[in-house]
Amino acid sequence: MGDKKLDDQIAEYALRLGDDALVFGQRLCEWCADAPTLEEDIAISNVGLDYLGRARMALQYAGKTLGRTEDELAFLRDSGEFRNLLLVELPRGDFAFSMVRQYLLDEFELLFFTQLCGSKDDTLGAIAAKTVKEVRYHQRRSANWMQRLGLGTQESQARTQAAIDQLWGYMPELFEMDELETSLLQAGIAVDRLELHSKWLNTVTAQLASANLQIPQIDWQVVGGRKGVHTEHLGHMLGEMQFLQRAYPGLQW
Amino acid sequence: MIPAASNCIELMPQARFEMNQRRAQSKVAHLWDLLDAVTDPEIPVMSIWELGVLQDVCVTHNQGSPAVTVVITPTYSGCPALSVMSQDITSALAKAGYENVRVEIRLAPAWTTDWLTGATKNKLRSYGIAPPDSTACPQCGSECTKLISEFASTACKSLYRCLACQEPFDHFKSI
Ligand SMILES: [Zn+2]
Repeated sequence: MGDKKLDDQIAEYALRLGDDALVFGQRLCEWCADAPTLEEDIAISNVGLDYLGRARMALQYAGKTLGRTEDELAFLRDSGEFRNLLLVELPRGDFAFSMVRQYLLDEFELLFFTQLCGSKDDTLGAIAAKTVKEVRYHQRRSANWMQRLGLGTQESQARTQAAIDQLWGYMPELFEMDELETSLLQAGIAVDRLELHSKWLNTVTAQLASANLQIPQIDWQVVGGRKGVHTEHLGHMLGEMQFLQRAYPGLQW
Repeated sequence: MIPAASNCIELMPQARFEMNQRRAQSKVAHLWDLLDAVTDPEIPVMSIWELGVLQDVCVTHNQGSPAVTVVITPTYSGCPALSVMSQDITSALAKAGYENVRVEIRLAPAWTTDWLTGATKNKLRSYGIAPPDSTACPQCGSECTKLISEFASTACKSLYRCLACQEPFDHFKSI
C-alpha cells in the first residue's frame, strides 16, 4: 500500500478494461430497436448493459487514483486518450459481423476474467468475479449463433466467414503484453494474455470448424489502442456518445 | 424415508449464512427491519434482504447524531435497479428520522442466486416468475416448458413458454 507507482499502473490497467467495456457497450447499444428480431434486440441490449456496468466499475476504480469521476472519463476524453482495443471500436457492421466479434471476444474474456479472479488486487478480482458470471451466458449465446449462421443458409455462411476474415487481423492485440501489463503480471495483479492464446485458438478453431467456418490465413494485423492510436471510427462514435456532455457540460438527468 | 419439509434444515451458502449472522448479531436490528420495506423495484414482492443485495447496516455516532452506513451489493453489474434501491434505502431511513445515511457498494463476494432462500423462491413462483432452480411453469406447474430467449424484460430474467398452458413466463436466471 501507498506505492504511488503501483497505484498508477493499476489505474491505467483498470482504465484499459473500462474503456474496452465502455466502447463495446456503446457499439452494442447501437443495435437497440434495430436488431433482426425482438428477442435479439433485447438480448443485445442486455449484453450491452452488462458491459456498461463493467465499464462503470472499472472506470470508478481507475478514477479514484486518476482523480476523475467515471462520467468525466467517459464523456470528456478525446479519442487519443482512450485505451480500448481496436476490435471493440469498429462499426457494428451487419448482424454476422457483430456476432462474430462478440463470439471471438466472449471466448477470450471467459479465459481472461477467470484468470483475473485470482488477481492480488482485490477490486480487480471482485470485478472479474462478477464479470465472468455474465460472460458465461454471453458466450453461450454467441457460440450458438456461430452454429446457426455457419450452418444456416449460403448467404449467412458467406457473411459470417467474411466477418471472420475481416476481424482476424484485430485478434493479435487481445494477446499483446506491453511493459505495463508485464510489470503488473509480475506483481500478481494482471493476466498473462500470451498464455491464453493457444487455448483460445483451439477453442475458436474447433467451434468455428463445427459450423462450417474457417480460420483465415492472413499476414496482416493492427494494434495501437492501448497507446491511444485508434481507427477513425472511434472519433465518430465518441462524437455521438459524448455530444450531450460536450454541448451542455455537467448536465444531469 | 423423506422427512416432512417442516422438519428439514435448508442448506445455505457460506455467504448467506454470514449475512444472516450479521443481521442476527446486529445492535441495530430495528434498522434492518426498516429496510425490509425496501424492495426490488422490478419485483416488488421481494425485499433487498431476500434478494441478497442488503449486506450490512452499521451506525456510528458523531457527537450524538447517528450516521448510518448501509452496504449493498449489485446483482448484475449493469442492473439499473441498484441506483433506485440506493435512493429507496436513503428515503426509507430518512422517513424514520435518519438524515445522515451513506450507501456503500461492495462487489465481493459476487452476488449469486444461491442466496435466495426457499421461502423467497416460493414468493417468486406465486408472483408468476419461475425461481432460479426451476423452469416449471409458475401458472400451471407443468415441467414441459421451452426456452424462448436467455434475455427477457430485465437483466436477471430469461423468457420461457409453457407447452401445457401455452403461457409465456419469466424465469429468474441462475447465476
Ligand atoms: Zn403452464
